[in-house]
Amino acid sequence: MAEIKIEKRIEIDAPVARVWRALTDYREFGEWFRVALEAPFVPGKTARGRILHPGYEHVVWEAVIQKMEPERLFSFSWHPYAVDPKTDYSKEAPTLVEFRLEKTAAGTLLTLVESGFENLPAHRRDEALRMNDGGWTQQVKNIERHVAEKP
Amino acid sequence: MLRKSHKRRAAHQPPHAVVFAALGDKTRLALVERLSGGRSASILELTADAPITRQAVTKHLRVLEDAGIVRSKRAGRETRFALHLAPLHGLQVYLDRVGRQWDETLGRLKAFVEE
Repeated sequence: MAEIKIEKRIEIDAPVARVWRALTDYREFGEWFRVALEAPFVPGKTARGRILHPGYEHVVWEAVIQKMEPERLFSFSWHPYAVDPKTDYSKEAPTLVEFRLEKTAAGTLLTLVESGFENLPAHRRDEALRMNDGGWTQQVKNIERHVAEKP
Repeated sequence: MLRKSHKRRAAHQPPHAVVFAALGDKTRLALVERLSGGRSASILELTADAPITRQAVTKHLRVLEDAGIVRSKRAGRETRFALHLAPLHGLQVYLDRVGRQWDETLGRLKAFVEE
């Protein structure tokens, strides 16, 4: 498989231990991630909480904590589109979010990688295969026609 | 973190998933790269470059075609395949948007820790 991912780096003027706490203490994480978490993070367990963004308070944020290697790596998997309460995201393939920490002269270098966008859940694969003549290909044609008719 | 602009799309299946999945394979990425010069190619031409069978290339081209990334056209006795860029641009826009959301979120983390 070829990987499709997003990578971000940011330098933070604080010791690695401080950044680690902000990432992995569920109350501190909730402050900057804007989610009211209910319990501490435990690898293998689902973390859950209400989103604190105005207009999204009815949405529950969920992530499965993957790795917690002290002051080095914190990762979780989640569904990046999961803001529609009517949709069951549990059958969808999640993406993996990894935060890596490194000590620098100024403080801490944080590298974020979100990967796994190419992982299509089984039911979507079926859906994709049914799209031979219709579906997405047709949609592209419709858009093109629309654009051509209304230049 | 929120991806507000995708709220409505979330109810349907984002077509991005299909396009991402089509690209999530080394052979197919190689085919896309091979076609990215802008010139169309026949199966024969595409197979000549690749260490795989004509049948396998045909199968991979079908997946790319279903995702709207590649289009085929009859030219005399052969079928020629060409890249269709719109879905790829769509992915780029999507990934840029997700990336900007992370910029914001990480900015809040930095401010939180440094305050």
